[in-house]
Amino acid sequence: MKAPVAWLREYCDPGLSSEEIGERLSLSGTELERILRVGVPSTDGNPGFFRIGKVLSAEQHPDADRLSVCNVQLAGSDTRTIVCGAPNVAAGETVLVALPGAVLPDGTKLGRVKLRGVVSDGMILSETEVQLGTDSAGIMVLPDSLEAGEEAGRYVTLGDDVLELEVSPNRPDCMCVYGIARELHAVTESPLAADPGSEDAPAEGESEAGHLLAVTVADPELCPRFSVRIFTDVEVGPSPLWLKARLTAIGQRPINNVVDITNYVMLLLGQPLHAYDLDRVAGPALTVRRAHEGERLVTLDAEHRVLDAEAVLVCDADGPTGIGGIMGGARSEVSADTRRIAMEAATWSGPNILETSTKLGLRTEASARFERQLHPELALAAQRLAARLMVEVSGARMAPGTIDVAQPVPPAHRIELRSQRVEGLLGERIEPAESTAILARLAFGVEPRDGDLDVEVPYFRDGDVRREADLIEEVARIRGLSRLPATLPSRRHAVGGLTRAQKLRRTAADLLRGRGLSEVITFSFISPQVTAKLRLAPYDARTRVLMITNPLSEEHAAMRTTLLPGLLDAAQHNVARDRRSLRMFETGRVFLSNGQEVQPEERLHVGVLLAGEWQPKTWRSEPRRPDFYVVKGLLAGLLEALGVEWRLVDGGPSFLHPGRAAEVLVEAHDVGYIGELHPSVARDFGLGELEQPPAVFEIDLGQVVAAAERKERRYDDLITYPAVLQDIAVVVDDAVEAQTVADAVRAAGGPELRSVQIFDLYRGEQVGPGKKSLALRLEFRSPERTLTDEDVAAIRKRIEARLASEVGGTLRA
Amino acid sequence: MAESPNIEPGQALERLDRLAEEAERVLREAGSPEEIEQLRVRFLGRKSELTQILRSLPSLPPDQRAEVGKRGNEVRQTLEGLIAGHGDTVGARDLEERLRRERIDLTLPGDPFDTGHLHVLTQTRREIEDVFTGMGYRVVEGPEVETDYYNFTSLNIPPGHPARREHDTFYFSDQLLLRTHTSPMQTRSMEAQPPPIFIVIPGVVYRRDSDATHTPMFTQVEGLAVDEDITLADLHGTLLEFARATFGPRQKVRLRAGYFPFTEPSVEVDVSCFACKASGRQADGSLCSLCKGSGWIEIMGAGMVDPNVFEFVRDHGYDPERVQGFAFGMGVERIAMLKHGIPDLRLFFENDLRFLEQF
Repeated sequence: MKAPVAWLREYCDPGLSSEEIGERLSLSGTELERILRVGVPSTDGNPGFFRIGKVLSAEQHPDADRLSVCNVQLAGSDTRTIVCGAPNVAAGETVLVALPGAVLPDGTKLGRVKLRGVVSDGMILSETEVQLGTDSAGIMVLPDSLEAGEEAGRYVTLGDDVLELEVSPNRPDCMCVYGIARELHAVTESPLAADPGSEDAPAEGESEAGHLLAVTVADPELCPRFSVRIFTDVEVGPSPLWLKARLTAIGQRPINNVVDITNYVMLLLGQPLHAYDLDRVAGPALTVRRAHEGERLVTLDAEHRVLDAEAVLVCDADGPTGIGGIMGGARSEVSADTRRIAMEAATWSGPNILETSTKLGLRTEASARFERQLHPELALAAQRLAARLMVEVSGARMAPGTIDVAQPVPPAHRIELRSQRVEGLLGERIEPAESTAILARLAFGVEPRDGDLDVEVPYFRDGDVRREADLIEEVARIRGLSRLPATLPSRRHAVGGLTRAQKLRRTAADLLRGRGLSEVITFSFISPQVTAKLRLAPYDARTRVLMITNPLSEEHAAMRTTLLPGLLDAAQHNVARDRRSLRMFETGRVFLSNGQEVQPEERLHVGVLLAGEWQPKTWRSEPRRPDFYVVKGLLAGLLEALGVEWRLVDGGPSFLHPGRAAEVLVEAHDVGYIGELHPSVARDFGLGELEQPPAVFEIDLGQVVAAAERKERRYDDLITYPAVLQDIAVVVDDAVEAQTVADAVRAAGGPELRSVQIFDLYRGEQVGPGKKSLALRLEFRSPERTLTDEDVAAIRKRIEARLASEVGGTLRA
Repeated sequence: MAESPNIEPGQALERLDRLAEEAERVLREAGSPEEIEQLRVRFLGRKSELTQILRSLPSLPPDQRAEVGKRGNEVRQTLEGLIAGHGDTVGARDLEERLRRERIDLTLPGDPFDTGHLHVLTQTRREIEDVFTGMGYRVVEGPEVETDYYNFTSLNIPPGHPARREHDTFYFSDQLLLRTHTSPMQTRSMEAQPPPIFIVIPGVVYRRDSDATHTPMFTQVEGLAVDEDITLADLHGTLLEFARATFGPRQKVRLRAGYFPFTEPSVEVDVSCFACKASGRQADGSLCSLCKGSGWIEIMGAGMVDPNVFEFVRDHGYDPERVQGFAFGMGVERIAMLKHGIPDLRLFFENDLRFLEQF
C-alpha cells in the first residue's frame, strides 16, 4: 500500500516529516517498508526553479524543423527565450517551466544551453519529465487561471515522498489514503478532514438508474452488495493534471478520466469500483453468479481466463463480462467513444476472492482489498465520491437513484470494555477517559457505563474488532506499546529445563563435534530420483516416500526417508570446492509415509559421513583415510557415551559396499546401518573422484536416546579388588571372524572375565598360510576377592579348551 | 694395597686425617658420575683404606680403640656426605647437559586434534533454548508434517483467511502439509497439559518461497506462557531479558503494533541496533547498514494469545475468561545473522565447510 505524503497531509497533517510520519505509523501497526521519492527533488530550494509561464509567442526555429523558439513570460516583465521541441507548443498557452539550475526527477540539472544556435533559458515541461503523468507526446498545457511566475508547486504536487506501507490482512480500512490519515489522526491527535465519501453529487434527468439497467444477484452470499449508478453525457478524455499526479505518484498509470476516477476512489477510500460502458452491456442487464466449471472469459489485460465453479462472474445478456472483485472483462471496457457509464461498487466475499485470485494467479489492486473483506457500507461511500468526481471531471450527469442489490446490513457491533480487563491483560492501568479518547479518534462510538465503556464499532472496523481483546489492542497500540512496563510473570510450577532425552541428543552432537566432525543442515525435501539412485530394494522402508504436491521444483518433491542423500550432496558440494577432508554429520528428521492423507512416521536420525582424509598428513605421520573401522570406532564411541548396548550384524542396505556394511542393533532393535558407500552410488552422487568411497553410518537417534534414557547408571565396585590383565594370542583359520573368537572367549571366561579386547592381528610366517593370529587382552576381576594366578590359570584353561573345540583355535606361546 | 692389618695406633689417626683431606681434593676434581662412583669405591669400598682401618680396630690397644673408632666413623660420614653432595651436583650438571641436547624445534606444528563445529543454527538455537530454560521454560518439539487443523484452523486461521496467503504452504493433500510455523505446537501442547504452561518450541518450518531473503526451510523458536494473570507487560519484560541475554546487557526492546491471527494484541518486537548503538548512523555519518538508520532491528513477532485460540482447547482447561498468556516466535536464522554478521540466508543451507567452520 502506497500513501503519498502530500495526499495524506490533505486529510491529516501532523506537521511531522515523512520519516516521522512513517515511524508513528510503524509503531501503531502500519509498518513502513520504505519511503520512495517521486517527482522533482525538494532539496536545496529546487522547487523554486519550477515556475508557471505564459507562452507569448512560439516561432519556428531558423535552423531546426522540429524546434520552436518561444518567448515565455515569467512574472511581469521577466520574459525568457526557451527552445521547445514539443509539437503542441503555441502562443497563449500556460505552461510549466523549469529554469536553469533546476534538478529534474532523473537527476539532470538544467543549464542554459544553445540549441542550434539559439540560447534556451529554461525548459517547457512535459508530464513525464516531472513524473506527473505518462504523456510524453507534448508539453503540459495548464489552465489559464494559473498566474505566471508563481512556483508551480503551489498548484500541483511536483515532488513527494511516498510511504510504502505494509498493511496487515485484518485491516482493509488501511488499504487507502484516508484510512492511513485516520490512523495518523489517532496517533498524533492532529485534526482529521471530513470523510471524502460523505458528500454526494446531485442527480439530474428523468430516467431512473433502475430503468436503464437490470441487476440480478444469483448468489448473495458471495456478493452481499452490488450497487450501480448510471452516468450519462460522459466525456471520456485525459484526466486533469492533479488527478494524473495523484495516480502517478502512487504508481498507477493514468488511462482516462473515468478509469482514473475509479482508481482514485479506490486509492483514497479503499473501495474498488468498476466502470462499464453501458452501451456495451448487452441487455442491458448485469447478473452476478457463480461460474460454470471451465467457463472462459477475456479480462481487461487481454488474457484468456478459465474459471472453476467457485469463481464469481458478472455477466450481461451475452455472457461473462468480468470476474467479480478481481478484474473486469475486455468486452465492456470504457473507451474514448463511451457516453454512458454504469459505475459498479460491490461487496464480495473475502475468502472467495482470495481463493479465486490464488487459483488464477491474478492478484489485482481490487482483489488485494476485497480479499480482506470490505464492508457493504463502504460501497455507497465510494459511489458518492465517484459521483462527485464524475460530474466535476468528466462533465457527466448522474441519473437519479442507485441500483442497490444488497443483503440487509447487520447492526454495528457493541462491545463492553471493562477497565479492570484492560489492566488485567496489559499489566498497567489505563484510565477510561484515555481509552475513550483513543477509541473516539479511531471513530468508535464510546459511552460510559458503570465505570466501564460501551463501545460501538464503526463499519469499516467491523471485520477485525469483535471482542474486548480487540478493543484493548486498539487502546494499547495507539497509546504506545513501549510505554508498558517490563515485568516478568509471577510463576507457579517454575521448574523448566531440558528433558533427559534432549540432553542426550545434545551429548550425541557434542560428541561428534568433539571428534572433529562438523554439523550440516540440509533440506528435508530431496529429489524423488534418489530412491533409484540409492538402489533401494522394494521392501526397504526408505522407499516409503511422502510426496509434496506443489514442490518448488521436481528436485525438491520428496520428503527424505534417510539423511544420506543430503550428506552426499553436502559432500559433493565441498569436494567440488577442493575440500580434502570431509567429516560431517547431520541430525534431522526423516519421514516414512503412511499415505498422503495421514501424518507420516517422523524419526530423528543422526547421519555421519567421512571421506577424503580422516587425519591429514603431518610432518611426522602419514594421512589416514576413513574406512569402515574409522566409522565403526566413531559409532562405538557415540553409542557407548550414550550408554547403550549395541552390536553389528552382517549385511546392510544396498547402497553400501556389500562386503563392508552392517546393520546396527541397539538393545536388539535395528536402528540403522554402517559401512562404506557402494562405489557406484558414490559415483552417481558425484563423488567418483574420491580415492575411496565415503564411510557412513546413520542411526535412529530417537530410538537410541530412548534406550539410553531407560538405562540407570549404578555404581559398580571396580576398586576394592584389583583386576588381573592377561594377553593371549589365538591362532585361527583366516576365515574365522574376530567376533567369533571373542565370543568364544567370553563364553568360556565366565563371570570373572570382565572384558575382552582385540588389540592385534598378525598374518605371516610365524602362523603359516591361511591362518591368522589375534591378540586379545583379557581383564579378570571378581567382586568378592582378589583373584590369584591359579584362579586365572584355571579360567585360561577353559578358554583354551573352548577355542579349540569351537573355533579350531590354538593359543600361541 | 698390601699393607699390614696391624696398624700403628698413632699412625691410624694420622692416616684418617690424610684420607679425609685427599678425598675432598680428588672429589672436587671429579667431573662425571662414573668418576664419583670410582672414588666412592676407592674411599668407602670394602677394600678401601678406611674400611681396613676400621676393620683393624680389634687389633688396636684397648685404650686407643675408642678414639680411632670414633674418628674413623666421623671420617666415613664426612666422606659419605661429600660423595653424595658432590654426586648430586655432578648428576644435575649431567642431566642439564642431556636436556640441552634434547632440545627440539618448538615451532613445528603439534599433532592435529581438529575439533568439529556445530552448525551455527544449532548453536543459536541452543542459546535461545538455554535463555528460556533458565527462565523456567521447558522445550517441546512437534511434527514437521502437520494437519491443516493444527497449522491453521486451531490458530484462528480458518479456510479463506487472508493470512493463509502469507503462508505459502507445501501440501501433501488437502489436509496434510509441511508446517509453516512452529505455532501448531501451541495447540498440541495445551491439549497435552493444563495451565500453567511455559514452553519454547524450536524446530524447522517450511514455506514455498525461495529467493535472496527466503529459503523454503528455516528455523523458528516459538514461546508460549499461559497462566491466570500473565500480561502484555510480562511479555515485554520477558523479551527484554531475552534480548539482553542474547545481544548484550544494555539492549533495549521496542514493541510495535503488529498482526497475527493467533494473538491479540499482537506486537512486533525490535531490539536497539547494536551495530550503531541505536544511533542509526555509522561512524562516518552514513546510514547504519544493519538497522537502515532506524536504530532498531526487528527480531520477532509476539502477542497475547487470542481468545479464539483458547476456544479450541477450552476443554483442556483453557477457559479464555479465566486464563491468558503470551506467545512469541522468532527466526533462528535471523538471530544468527544479526549476531554474527552473516549476510545471506542461503549460506546456512549450502553446507560449505568454509562457512560452517567459522562458528
